[in-house]
Amino acid sequence: MKINFEHHQTAHCENGVASNLLLNRGLKLSEPMIFGIGSGLFFVFLPFLKVNFAPGFSYRPMPGAIFSKAAKRLGIKIKRQKFSNPREAQVALEKNLEQDIPTGLQVGVFNLTYFPEEYKFHFNAHNLVVYGKEDGKFLISDPVMDFATTLTEAELEKVRYAKGALAPKGHMYFPTHIPENVNLEEAIKKGIKDTCKNMLAPVPIIGVKAIRWVAKNIPKWAEKKGTKVTNHYLGQLIRMQEEIGTGGGGFRFIYGAFLQEAAVILKNDELKELSKEITAIGDLWRDFAVDIARVYKNRNSKSNIYNELSKSMLHIADLEEAFYKKLRKAI
Amino acid sequence: MQIISSVFIKTPHFQVKKQDIPQDESNLKSANMTEVVYVTDENDNYTTANSIGWDAKKAALDESMALINERIEEAKQNVAKNIVSPIIYFMELNKMDIPVLAAYVGMWQWTVKRHAKPKIFKKLSDSTLKKYADTFGISVDQLKNFDGTL
Repeated sequence: MKINFEHHQTAHCENGVASNLLLNRGLKLSEPMIFGIGSGLFFVFLPFLKVNFAPGFSYRPMPGAIFSKAAKRLGIKIKRQKFSNPREAQVALEKNLEQDIPTGLQVGVFNLTYFPEEYKFHFNAHNLVVYGKEDGKFLISDPVMDFATTLTEAELEKVRYAKGALAPKGHMYFPTHIPENVNLEEAIKKGIKDTCKNMLAPVPIIGVKAIRWVAKNIPKWAEKKGTKVTNHYLGQLIRMQEEIGTGGGGFRFIYGAFLQEAAVILKNDELKELSKEITAIGDLWRDFAVDIARVYKNRNSKSNIYNELSKSMLHIADLEEAFYKKLRKAI
Repeated sequence: MQIISSVFIKTPHFQVKKQDIPQDESNLKSANMTEVVYVTDENDNYTTANSIGWDAKKAALDESMALINERIEEAKQNVAKNIVSPIIYFMELNKMDIPVLAAYVGMWQWTVKRHAKPKIFKKLSDSTLKKYADTFGISVDQLKNFDGTL
């Protein structure tokens, strides 16, 4: 069986699955639209949570949050199921496919056979769509891939039952209700307000304050933990910012694309200007990544390099703070 | 663009223009992949483009892989010196840490840490060893007989 399903490659898996599943049900929303309405732009610093031997940094909210928020704001209902028994999980998935329902799955990436070796690590909040089964293999639309692919029953079970943090436990989801008339304007406004609220939150681990906290930590790491550890931490920061799925610049460019679309829908020219502003900020994040990469190459780089990186990041934080304040007013 | 001024370290400024998105050969090639990036065209309108990679992040990824390989090598030597059991070597080889490994074998973290001691490892039953071997995708014999000299 094979459901008529269009595979579209996107930057980020969660927006991509959401956008592709909704398109299948006749609602055409771009990846940036889902991302913006679901308040995908974020920054969080969890210094005590060690991920890949470095503190936890993220430029995005908790996995699943974007689609859940976007669905709620658009009046879409999603059914989500988890299964303790892998056999049951497969049966439920196959039943969906028989009913022509392309189904989203949360999976771990470590055992995804089609990924390059360097990307296989124990991250359990990747998303893909299953849209059929042929010759005993499941037909997979993984939104970060150029092309649709397949996984055997055993391979799919392995990634659906990956273990560790955020274990998927067979998690599958699909839209059950899409309203006839979606109030896009209202949904966009809610999404933007929520983003501004998060990024300007008065807590040290979230938003602009968290960016500043990381920035101030860079020279301290260099002093207390040495160059090697500091460089590894900074490397982790680049990966979270630039890896597949971010669309570049720590998701700032996707957000720029969202604001540009939103400007047209809300007939608000100010948003168009703000789109340019967040694009320029995204460029600065990329410059920041280039500077970090340069620290790797010139090992004997000048001693104040960490102070300079810290300054660049503080500068970005200032620009972002001004940006969210303007954005909040523009809505 | 006045906002991109002052403090920034002297780098050629990066611009997300479609014609100059980075196309640096990277690890994506091994899987025949490209990635989507959001870029602006000559009229500052957003569009998407596919990139085969970017040196800046390849550097970060290479650093991370180098660290993993270092940890694998260290674990191997520690097995040879009888400081840790083979469990630690295969854990590192599979890019795991204690919490992830404990989740896969369905044991407490402190139990896994005990099993990482060579003396205790030698007394483990085959059924316990099998849980580890299955997780690592190897046989019980391969796990038992690994002495760090391969």
